[in-house]
This record gives sequence, C-alpha cells and structure tokens, in this order.
Amino acid sequence: MKRELLKFALFALWVAVIPFALEGSYLLNVMVFVGLNTMLAVALNLLLGYAGQISLGHAGFFGLGAYISGVLTSANGVNPWMAMLIAAIAVGVIACLIGFPVLKLKGHYLAMATLGLGIIIYIAFNESITLTGGPSGLSGIPNISVGACVFDSDIKSYYLIWLFALLTMLFSINLANSRVGRALRAVHDSEVAARVVGVNARMLKVQIFTLSAVISSIAGSLYAHTMTFLSPTSFGFNFSVEMLTMVVIGGLGSIYGSFLGAALLTLLPEFLRAAHDYDIIIYGALLIVMVMFMPGGLVRGLPELFRKARSISGGKNDA
Amino acid sequence: MLELNGISQVFGGVRALDDVSFSVEKGSITGVIGPNGAGKTTLFNIVTGIYTQTSGRVRYKGRDVSGLPPEKLAALGMVRTFQNIELFGNMTVLENVLVGLHTRSTSGLLACSMKMFWAMAEERRIRKEAMQWLEFAGIAELADVTAGNLPFGKGRMLEIARAMALNPGLILMDEPAAGLNSKETLGLAALIRQIRDMGITVMLVEHDMELVMDICDRIIVLNLGNKLAEGTPREIQENPEVVAAYLGEE
Repeated sequence: MKRELLKFALFALWVAVIPFALEGSYLLNVMVFVGLNTMLAVALNLLLGYAGQISLGHAGFFGLGAYISGVLTSANGVNPWMAMLIAAIAVGVIACLIGFPVLKLKGHYLAMATLGLGIIIYIAFNESITLTGGPSGLSGIPNISVGACVFDSDIKSYYLIWLFALLTMLFSINLANSRVGRALRAVHDSEVAARVVGVNARMLKVQIFTLSAVISSIAGSLYAHTMTFLSPTSFGFNFSVEMLTMVVIGGLGSIYGSFLGAALLTLLPEFLRAAHDYDIIIYGALLIVMVMFMPGGLVRGLPELFRKARSISGGKNDA
Repeated sequence: MLELNGISQVFGGVRALDDVSFSVEKGSITGVIGPNGAGKTTLFNIVTGIYTQTSGRVRYKGRDVSGLPPEKLAALGMVRTFQNIELFGNMTVLENVLVGLHTRSTSGLLACSMKMFWAMAEERRIRKEAMQWLEFAGIAELADVTAGNLPFGKGRMLEIARAMALNPGLILMDEPAAGLNSKETLGLAALIRQIRDMGITVMLVEHDMELVMDICDRIIVLNLGNKLAEGTPREIQENPEVVAAYLGEE
C-alpha cells in the first residue's frame, strides 16, 4: 500500500516536471493529448481489464461529453465547469440505462452491441446539424477558466488535463485494491463463483460501465474546451478501436500500463506522419504483434524483455 | 433448514430430476449419492440458484427461495463449492477469501476509490478475518500465492475457506474429495466435521463411499433422476435397491 502511494507520487512528480523539458516544443501539445488518452484508457481498462467486459463504443461516451459541453457552452453560454458536470451526469444516466440490457450479453455479442451503440452516437453527431453543426463541426467553444486564469495555452491545458488524468489514475488504483475492485476481478475470473459467494455480478458490471462512461465523458468535456472546435470524425469507430488498442498494448488490468499504451499510441503518429492514412493498419498490426508476443502488455512485457536481454548478454560475458 | 418439494428438471427431452423431495436438518451432514448421471449435480445447481427447476419448490430456513439467483442465496447464508474448483485464478489466496467476505462488508465504489476512512477500517477488519479463515483451512502460509498456481488439494481447501468466510448457514459441497489423496481426504473429513460442529449445516455430493459413510448423518440416494432411498448410512448400506442400483441387478 505504501509502495503503491510512493510509486504514484514519483509518477505525479515526473508528470509535473515534464513541461520544463519540453518548453516551446510542439511535443508539449502532444503530451496534453497523452493526458486525455490516459484518462480514456484507464476508464476503458476498468471495464475491460478489471471487469473483463468489452466495449467498442467508448468513443461515443467521449463524444457525448464533448458535444454536450460544446453545445451548452458555445450556443447557450453555460459555464464550462457546469457544462462538464451536466454532461457527466447525463452520460452516467445514459450509460446506466444502456448498461442494464447490454451487459447481459457476453463476449462477441457484447462487442457487437457496444459497437452498434458507438455507431448510433456517431451518426447522431453527424445528423443533428442544428445542434452539433453536423459534419462541418461545432466551433466557438470557450476555454475553461478558474477565476481570471483562462486555460488557453498548451502549458495551462497540460496541467489542467494531467490533474484530471492523475486523479483518474489514483481513483482507479485505489478502486482496484479494494472490496469493489476485487469483486470486479472475481467476476472476470469466474462469474459463477463470484455470484455464489454473493457478488451481484450484473449490478457491478453496470456500475463499472457507468463509471467508465462518466470518466470518458469528463475527458470529452476537457477535450472540447481545449480544442474549442469539435467534429464528429474524432468520435467514430476508429477511435473506439484506438482506445481498445491503448488498453491492450499497455497491459490489461494495469493502470500504469494504460498510461504507457496511451503515450505510445499518441506519440506514434507524430513519428509516422508519412504513413498518415495508414495509421489504422499500423494500429491493427501493432495489436496483433502485441497480443502474440506480449500478451501481458508493455507494462509486463518490457521488464521481461530487459531480463531476457540481460541474461543473453550475461551469458556471453561468461563465455 | 432446507426443504425440497417435488423438484423436477427437464433438459430438452431428458428428465434429469423427477419429483425429488427431501429435507435437510439444521446442523447435520447430509450426503447425496448415486451413480453417474443420477442428477446429483443438477440438484445442487437448482438448490444454489444456478438453474431454475422446471417444477417444484425449494425452502430455506422456512422461506421459499425457488428461482432466487445465487447472489441472493449467498446473502441468505447459502454457499457452495464446485466439483472442478472454481477459484479466482489471477488473484491471491488471501484475495479469494476477501471476495468471500463480500456480503459481509459494505463499502461502495466511491468510498473505496476515495479511500474513505470507514472503507479503510472495514478493509483492515476483513483482512484480519480472511487470515483467520485461511488458518482454519490450514493454508495461511499460502496467503500471497496466486490461486491459479495452487496444487489441487490446497485449492480445495481455499474454496472451503472462501465459502466459510460468508458465515453461511448451509454449505453445499460438490464432490469435495474428488482429486484428493487419502491423507488429504482424512483432513477434509475432519474439517467437515468441524464445520458441522460450528452449527453449520453441510450437504455434499460424493463418490468416495468410505468418506460418505464415515461422516454423514443422513444419506439421500438418487438414481436416474429419482430418489431411490433415504436414511442413515447403515440403513443405506443394507438397502437392497441401493445395492442393485450400484452393482447392477442380477
């Protein structure tokens, strides 16, 4: 427990000093998105890595948060913090209502149902032109502000978003090592055994699905106020797959793994600009390679790789 | 404690259980035996809410519990173990028992994730209690081992420890001696008696006749989905119909 807290404190410190190393670089802007994607990956990981339930529609919840915040603040002058809260509550209610019937399904069927959900939300963004501006997008969203401080620069957005990302991580780490987190992992390992010892698996799945959607919605609101412009393409099926890739590549059931996955998938396109339109193919290939050779994800695979590399070089020295 | 009234279960065209009735007395050890395919495990699955019977009623502590899901039954104090051991394989031995304490703790999602002081106090309480159950089952030294890596016999003990953590009124064990060596089986017999002496009613399905005859107060014999006989171990051993069902008729 103490070690867990120390680990987190070191990570938070590292996050806090990074901007000094990246001052003036466009990478600081990229790190803002690493923060957002970390939030999303951790949210999805709670559902997929801990409870063992898949969702291919999480970009929809992210989008709902963004659009509810965007519409309320741009056209209706609602305070961004208030809008974020309204969006989170609305998405929570929607997720809860959808979760009850949908989470009865298992495996492929659950994947299909959530896939459908994501697509429906995406189509709604595109078609409700009077509200969302449709394919041409929604602009004029204000930045978030606290008193006189407006979060309008990369450095300010960085600290705002990472504050939320770190809180999400801490919240999730605490949850994972608690009564509720254990019940989630128990449902993942053997649903029948969990039920027999009194875990209400269905209720628990709906709870974690809702929590996961609410965190995604908050990330969406932050995204809207950082970008100040929204277009439906950011919230399509591709992004749901990208979120899933982050979680699996980072490591299922590992909060720091979700950060690694988010960081890799956010930074990678910056280095693969030439392959612009083929990014989804590269993600797919990456996912296959990871699942085949590092099924535990980066967070478990990398230390093992180092150990192997060391034992090989150590063996050479002996000879 | 437990009353079964006219339980029938039909799978497709197969009658797995046909009008089975009996009752289990509080604080007793009741064995359910019968040849393969007699419907023993089906019966257990009905009593513990995993299947819903085609017809008939189950009463537990005087209350009609027919059709209640397993988690509701667990909250009422009915728990079971499985023939092929169902552990939470990726969790530690201690964590497995902690899940067994789920119904006896209350901290919710938000209290847990924000480490509220009452949630932390509860966590300390259930950790202490979980360790006591591990000691009870004789596997305390394995607390931090991943449950999936346990040898079979220890896994069985863990499953019992996890079930006992619920503070149950009735514990159903599906072939608890399966896969155990003779020394482990002796230990199991002692443990089951100890559980009974704590006032907990035990019901078990078992193929190990020596064990059944040794520890059971009453025995129910099933054959082809019907109740063939019921009585004390001695009565069952002397029942010609039971002998015929097991050995085949001349």
